[in-house]
Amino acid sequence: MTTPATTSFQLNGKTLTVTTPPGTPLLWVIRDIAMLTGTKYGCGVGQCGACTVHLRGRAVRSCMTPVSAVAGAEVLTIEGLSADGQHPLQKAWVQTQAPQCGYCQSGQIMQAASLIRRFPHPTDDDIDSVMNGNLCRCMAYVRIRQAIKLAASEVQGAESHA
Amino acid sequence: MHEISNAGIATTRRSFLITITAAGISMTLTLPHSAQAAGSSITSGSVLATGLVSAFEPTIWYDIDGEGILSVNVIRAEMGQHVGTALARIVADELEMNWASVRLRYVDTDPKWGTMVTGGSWSVWQSFPYLSQAAAAGRLALIEEGAKLLRVAKSACIARNGAVSGAGKSVSYADIIRRGQLTRRYSVDELKAMPIKEAADRRLIGMPSEALDIPAKTTGAARYGLDAQVPDMVYARPKLPPTRNGCTVKSIDDSAARGIPGYLKSLVLEDPSGTVPGWVVVCADSFMAASSAAERVKVVWASSTAASVSEADIQARGLKLISDPAGGSLVVEDAGVDAAFSVAKSTIEHDYSTATVLHFQLEPLNALAFEKDGRWEIHTGNQWQSLILPTLAKALGVAEDQVVMRTYLIGGGFGRRLNGDYTVPAALASKALGRPVKLVWTRADDVLFDSPRSPSVQRVRMAFDATGQVTGMQHHASAGWPTQVMVPSFMPKGKNGEPYDPFAIAGADHWYSVGAQRVRAVSNDLANSTFRPGWLRSVGPGWTNWALESFMDEAALVAGLDPLAFRLRLLGGSAKNSAGGAKQQAQVLQRAADKAGWGSKMPADTGLGLATTFGQERDMPTWCACVARVRVNRSSGVVKVERLTIVADAGTIVHPDGALAQMEGASLWGLSMALHEGTDYVNGQVRDTNLNTYTPLRMRDVPPMDIEFVASTAPPTGLGEPATTVVGPAIGNAIFAAVGIRLRHLPMRPTDVLAALKAH
Repeated sequence: MTTPATTSFQLNGKTLTVTTPPGTPLLWVIRDIAMLTGTKYGCGVGQCGACTVHLRGRAVRSCMTPVSAVAGAEVLTIEGLSADGQHPLQKAWVQTQAPQCGYCQSGQIMQAASLIRRFPHPTDDDIDSVMNGNLCRCMAYVRIRQAIKLAASEVQGAESHA
Repeated sequence: MHEISNAGIATTRRSFLITITAAGISMTLTLPHSAQAAGSSITSGSVLATGLVSAFEPTIWYDIDGEGILSVNVIRAEMGQHVGTALARIVADELEMNWASVRLRYVDTDPKWGTMVTGGSWSVWQSFPYLSQAAAAGRLALIEEGAKLLRVAKSACIARNGAVSGAGKSVSYADIIRRGQLTRRYSVDELKAMPIKEAADRRLIGMPSEALDIPAKTTGAARYGLDAQVPDMVYARPKLPPTRNGCTVKSIDDSAARGIPGYLKSLVLEDPSGTVPGWVVVCADSFMAASSAAERVKVVWASSTAASVSEADIQARGLKLISDPAGGSLVVEDAGVDAAFSVAKSTIEHDYSTATVLHFQLEPLNALAFEKDGRWEIHTGNQWQSLILPTLAKALGVAEDQVVMRTYLIGGGFGRRLNGDYTVPAALASKALGRPVKLVWTRADDVLFDSPRSPSVQRVRMAFDATGQVTGMQHHASAGWPTQVMVPSFMPKGKNGEPYDPFAIAGADHWYSVGAQRVRAVSNDLANSTFRPGWLRSVGPGWTNWALESFMDEAALVAGLDPLAFRLRLLGGSAKNSAGGAKQQAQVLQRAADKAGWGSKMPADTGLGLATTFGQERDMPTWCACVARVRVNRSSGVVKVERLTIVADAGTIVHPDGALAQMEGASLWGLSMALHEGTDYVNGQVRDTNLNTYTPLRMRDVPPMDIEFVASTAPPTGLGEPATTVVGPAIGNAIFAAVGIRLRHLPMRPTDVLAALKAH
């Protein structure tokens, strides 16, 4: 076992400093040290997407990201996506009634937030290819796809009025 | 217990800071976080936090406070079906409440709730009568008291929108309750006799509404079992024996784990309940430390013979069992079956099989257990609390009333959490350590000790007379029996007096009129001893309907009839099937066929296939039909599902959008199990333990779906499961229509398609 190391990073805009074994996944630091439990553990091998957070603005699987790799970086979780839970994606998720059990949805939303930045007008193919890595075991896929399109159109609408 | 209001989860009643100061992990900046220890939230009762006004609580199922807020006590697990919303709509409608004044209260275990189980697609169907009657009683009491206050004859008063009005005057429920005169309670017998509203007077049931549990699931605020925490808790991971049954620990060596910062100890569990034979629990001050330590602890087990059993052995055993005409339980045994077959002009017979299927609910198993004030608390999401509580009590050596289960959201149930086995090692470890223990399974741990859907083998036979009429049918099915293994007292007896697992054979007792019918269920003893068979979304109909509806197409071919026409002819009703059910099934079948363009010309290698089901059980029929349109790629063997058309008659649809979501999810589960899932046992364990090789349906493979409910005001039936069982056979039948190959094993992999095309 390697010696614990200290890492500092920005978590939802606040500095967090932790001392952990260096291989400790970011996921468990977020959940069990920062106590932000919206980010979920699903597979531990980066293939379900339930643990998705943003690292320097890009969606990553926090279960596969050692905390040592985020030193000095900005990490955003579902809790930091918006101050009031009213991000266009969150509103669209409610409007389409997308969640069933809800367990994967923090990761779905964080992945989708990254998607609509890259593809402001996502097609079904864009959505499928980016979201294919996020498993929804309840199979709420139809509504997740609808919600992403709805949110993207609202973001576009808001920007065209700006 | 937690509460959900229209604004999301209600404010936490008690908050505290949690800091972890563990060797190896420390936190130099404490982020304040309000942790809701589930056990600390408010308890229901008649005294309000806001004052000393007694709430109106005419039955145990709800109360209305002095502010006019209705809180509905939900005893069902919230695991994606939005069941709390559906149940509250039933209560609020009958009470004539404003929906905005409704709250959900997901209650902890208490004997007063009766059986706590969430499964079988039963929740709305079972709850509808008693919740309606409980609410009707409350409405009558409010009208009576309101009439007194208004000084108007009660016959001249009505209840609407949370108020009683008559003779041009009105008084709100809140005002009535604040007067404090309303103490009426109703006995069970009074409630049973209580008339409920006419369907025409419903104002919430069947109307569009949003689910109350959804907002918190978009912000990370929703709290699942995995999120449970209490101060001073120890994290732990199970170290699992090679197989589920019959293992014992011969020796344990944790020297390699001792260097891991935070490692505490490894416990060899002693379990009076016999639930976790040979389990070791590895404890540490963080989950990562516990998980790493578990990799390093060396355990030598004495294994059972199950460690040499593989899927082919289980299936061979099943085939041998159904090939032997003796044995098993005769679930349906009409007079004259053997005679019908011996005099038949022609008979057909085919065998069908299905592979092991994993639940793979996304939230891995977990449980937090501790003793507090002489009582054991188990914090976790669970689907059948009444089943596991006696086991927990036995394991802990305490009386059952000394154990309470605290309720959390469930990150996917699908039947896995009907088996509460995972609570037992957490409780035993906490008892051994004298500290709260939070036991978390890794994904692979979860899968290895899943209670999977058993593999199955079935043989279906049909007899025809000289005119081509069907005169007899036999359906023999063998699989592992979850109910036999986990709750044998639930097993009814067949016509030959032998008990059977109703969940492992339902579906074979169909509504087709087929002359003399025999349905025989045979428990696969090798499956039962190798693993712990589980109830997985729809359970038995997942395999029986695969066999039945594939076979119906094969029989139609022999009869020289179109698959739709053949089925409709058999759904004409008979003495046994005359309750109108067969005709309702025919209606959904015809409707789905019409919508999907049944009989229209298809492009090359493209076909339509149909299948139907009566749902989970004859006493709770949900009529459902599916037409699948598929295109088969002859060079790759890939089957692309181009469209699913589904029609269901589930009686009254209480919460329409939630019902639609259940149909969407269930049908895609059916698709996933038909083409994308399935694993097999190799030397006593499943081959696939994570998503690198176990491959449930992803977004890319989701077809357009057209789902329709039949308008109905009949009592609601279940719909969490029925659509699951029609999609597989509809796809199989569509593949036959497209390219002429008949596949009789689930899942249908591209390699199976290619092999069948080559042989064709």
